[in-house]
Amino acid sequence: MSDYAYYPGCSLETAASPYDKSVREVFKALGINLHEIEDWNCCGATMYMSVNNTVAYSISARNLAIAQKMGMDVCAPCSSCFTILQKTNRYIDWDPKEREKINQALAAANLVYDKPVAVRHPLDILVNEIGLDTIKAKVANSLAGLKVAPYYGCQIVRPYGYFDDVDDPVTMDKLLQALGAEVIPYPGKVRCCGGMLMTTEENIALKLNLGLLQAAVDNGAEIIATACPLCQMNLEAYQSKINQAFGKNFNMPIVYFTHLVGVALGITPSKMGLDKLLVSPDKLLARAKEVRV
Amino acid sequence: MIEKIEPFPKSEAELRTAFWGQLGMFPEGDKIKTCLQCGTCSGTCPVSYAMDITPRQVVALFRAGRIEDILHSRTIWICASCYSCTVRCPVGIRVTDTLYALKRIAMSRKIYPAQFHVQTMSKAFIGNIYRYGRNYELGLVIRFFLKSDIVKLFTMAGFGMAMMRRGRLAILPSKIRRVKEVRAIIQRASQLGEN
Repeated sequence: MSDYAYYPGCSLETAASPYDKSVREVFKALGINLHEIEDWNCCGATMYMSVNNTVAYSISARNLAIAQKMGMDVCAPCSSCFTILQKTNRYIDWDPKEREKINQALAAANLVYDKPVAVRHPLDILVNEIGLDTIKAKVANSLAGLKVAPYYGCQIVRPYGYFDDVDDPVTMDKLLQALGAEVIPYPGKVRCCGGMLMTTEENIALKLNLGLLQAAVDNGAEIIATACPLCQMNLEAYQSKINQAFGKNFNMPIVYFTHLVGVALGITPSKMGLDKLLVSPDKLLARAKEVRV
Repeated sequence: MIEKIEPFPKSEAELRTAFWGQLGMFPEGDKIKTCLQCGTCSGTCPVSYAMDITPRQVVALFRAGRIEDILHSRTIWICASCYSCTVRCPVGIRVTDTLYALKRIAMSRKIYPAQFHVQTMSKAFIGNIYRYGRNYELGLVIRFFLKSDIVKLFTMAGFGMAMMRRGRLAILPSKIRRVKEVRAIIQRASQLGEN
């Protein structure tokens, strides 16, 4: 399939705008058309689930109902949106009563969701739809020698193991290797960054991110590739605070996995918002240009 | 002779009914009955060290008829939804969803741990969705720290500026065009109530 209903989600409009830009650029370069879901709303994240089940699924389903009208599968890059939209599909499939209620709620906006659309993550689409061979053939700048820690985080693998193993996923590993990068063994690959705890209970989250950064350094990583706006934000924006709090000296660039794909494909870094990061990966990625394939 | 077993006090009985109702709202919610008390959930949880009662103890307290104690704990609000427990539970209990069920009961009855504000975040977040149809990060963070820790709000200003300069923090909310639709859906769904 070369057309997807694109659901950026709130984070990709702001803190994770470099993720948004890189997904759009990479997909364009690979001939995949992303059609933004018109007037999409917040998926509700983990927050609405804590308040009211039926309302949480109903507002999430508004986006799916619009995608149904578009007749396309959904592409959702944010881990949290991805899991919420997946859960919405699974729970309304499981419970006909709930499906009925959600459709009654949607009817208040003249919408109907009765032909479920699949929800896919860009990592899954890149590797399992476009395929590693196609991507490999388009690599203009090899990432040879770049030591990357592949950080999947929680919600693109759990709870369902949507397209990979819940404990030891390898989809991102394979993708980065196809770009020429050296993927280091990373014991933190599916450990939690704390998500919103960085705002609500900072001390807990700082500790989790300390562990993630330390594991990356200890295994020889020069850069961490993420797939989630909260993981990226916590690891990057709070790095100096972690250094202060724990007497460390981390200076680890945290990019989205799509950035590395884009650099390898020869896309201009600033088009992908790589110049908007707090810890610059420029020096590391400049090496890629020297290694022409 | 067997002693007469006292029924649960009225408040506990009501909470149990509500909890069973919530457990019926996701697949395999009733598997909580089969908990072995093995502690795999607590062992795999990356934040159990910071909880006052562990996930395993949540089930134990439920069995002991002490739901109110669970609701007064910080545990359900410290869970960051990483789902590690859910994928590792040997009998397939959906622990994360079970904690969501407890959060909803706490929210609807306003039973919270003392001196704790994480639930404030959920309230502020859903307020944003009603107002704008989308999240509004700056508003969310300001609202949260005004309620929980005003001093911290000022210490975060530098960080906020750095993000703003990079176009990664918006001053104004992004409001969807048909926010009326979202509000209508929220209102209708709230009236329909939960199962």
